[in-house]
Amino acid sequence: MLSFTIIVILLVMLVALARAFTGPNVFDRVLAANLFGTKTVLLIAAISYLLGSPDYLDIAVIYALINYISVIGVLRVTEIRRERRQAGAE
Amino acid sequence: MLCLLVATAIALIAVRGLLASIMLTSVYGLLSASFFVTMDAVDVAFTEAAVGAGVSPLLLLLTVAIVGRREAASNARRLVVPLLLVTVTGALLIIGTLDMPSFGSPDAPAQTHVAPRYLQQSGDEIGIPNVVTSVLASYRAYDTLGEVLVIFTAGVAVLLALAPAGQGGSARAEPPAPEHLAPHTILQVVSKLLIPFMLLFAFYVQFHGEYGPGGGFQAGVIFASGIILYGLLYGLPTVCRVIPPPVVEVLAAVGALIYGLTGVLSLLAGKNFLDYSALAADPVTGQHIGIIAIELGVGIAVAAVIITIYYAFAGRLHTRED
Amino acid sequence: MSTLWLWASDACLLIGSFLLLTGALGFLRFPDFYARIHACGVTETLATGFVLLGLLLRSDDAMPQVKLVLILLFVLFSSPTASHALAKAAWNAGVRPRDNSGKRRVSLPHTDP
Repeated sequence: MLSFTIIVILLVMLVALARAFTGPNVFDRVLAANLFGTKTVLLIAAISYLLGSPDYLDIAVIYALINYISVIGVLRVTEIRRERRQAGAE
Repeated sequence: MLCLLVATAIALIAVRGLLASIMLTSVYGLLSASFFVTMDAVDVAFTEAAVGAGVSPLLLLLTVAIVGRREAASNARRLVVPLLLVTVTGALLIIGTLDMPSFGSPDAPAQTHVAPRYLQQSGDEIGIPNVVTSVLASYRAYDTLGEVLVIFTAGVAVLLALAPAGQGGSARAEPPAPEHLAPHTILQVVSKLLIPFMLLFAFYVQFHGEYGPGGGFQAGVIFASGIILYGLLYGLPTVCRVIPPPVVEVLAAVGALIYGLTGVLSLLAGKNFLDYSALAADPVTGQHIGIIAIELGVGIAVAAVIITIYYAFAGRLHTRED
Repeated sequence: MSTLWLWASDACLLIGSFLLLTGALGFLRFPDFYARIHACGVTETLATGFVLLGLLLRSDDAMPQVKLVLILLFVLFSSPTASHALAKAAWNAGVRPRDNSGKRRVSLPHTDP
């Protein structure tokens, strides 16, 4: 069952990658990266159980943290750019 | 997994929008870290997770915010020489791999030279379970000292390059102008809940480095990301009030100095530079003290340098806005 | 570990995998950004919960369990927040939902695009 879940997660990662590549706009890519990050958390957690080494869970925790920060980062950057464009237009 | 990695790399080259390629860089970082995990290189994966997938996309994002989003159209003729150079270098590297022993071969130099000693005797000599930490912090302490100094130098270089002119090198002498940010109530509340856990987890990674994966580098990066998240949501002025830039700059130097002074201390106690067994009557206890001390130094230096770089970038962003 | 727990864990993992697949399908096939963010934002959170629960039922030690609960809590907090932030950023940047034909833009109530 564990290996089945891992295969499913890898499939989903492939889908996310396809979307990140084709995605029509930036937000699709960000969403894909976010999805990819969540899947990485799950993948590492599942692998840690498959290989029986609970140390890996630390890395999964890091990912959960990092993923969130990068989404916020993208949000802020697009916002700053928009503000500047508006300031330039005025 | 490797196929995914290669596909991401190709996509990375093909995509022209800089924001999109940053997202792909982040995906690349995540992928290579999962790859390291499947190869059982937990500490490397840890670093890749924190640096490759976390902080470097953030810094790249800030750069893009400064320089704009489109890649300049490149001249095809000018590309020939770099392409040739890259092809030749790549070919040489591939030829180099032909000489290497096959993967996991028991008589590879890596397996016969120093690895057996590290693996078999580090338990007696250093007495901590994570062999990677004992190699990094004790056997190869010179190399790690070099890395810390490189990071410190990078921080100084960013300060020199990005500091506003006429302020004597300090990142921001006067408080930056107040920003007019759209309020993000939901984000602010949730992040306020999460940031303390992030910082706490950074400390866990810092002091757990001897028993599990982790250590000063990773802890410093995580701590800095927590602070950067705070800065992203509450604005640069707020975070500058919480942790003033001069303090961070001093801390970066202090971190590097803690590392160096540990070495000098063991020198004064009559052993070699960075030989921690001199720090206590019992050599193993001495090693423990030494490793904790230098990991602390590494952690402080890394966190401080990354926060400094963030301040420099974000400060630059605001001066450009005015 | 008793067989019962293992069965429960397998069931959770199966449900989680199914939800993951549906989410990925929606993410790949839905016509516009908001439908896609809905597909992965909603199902993925639940799927993550199920998979982590499935793993949780598999472990005996306290420390991995604590870490899994930590990850679960963190994902439950951050994933909806990230979706919200993304949708808001996309809306502010001028991305608009589309109707069934995938061409015309829908005019939403309470907003002036």
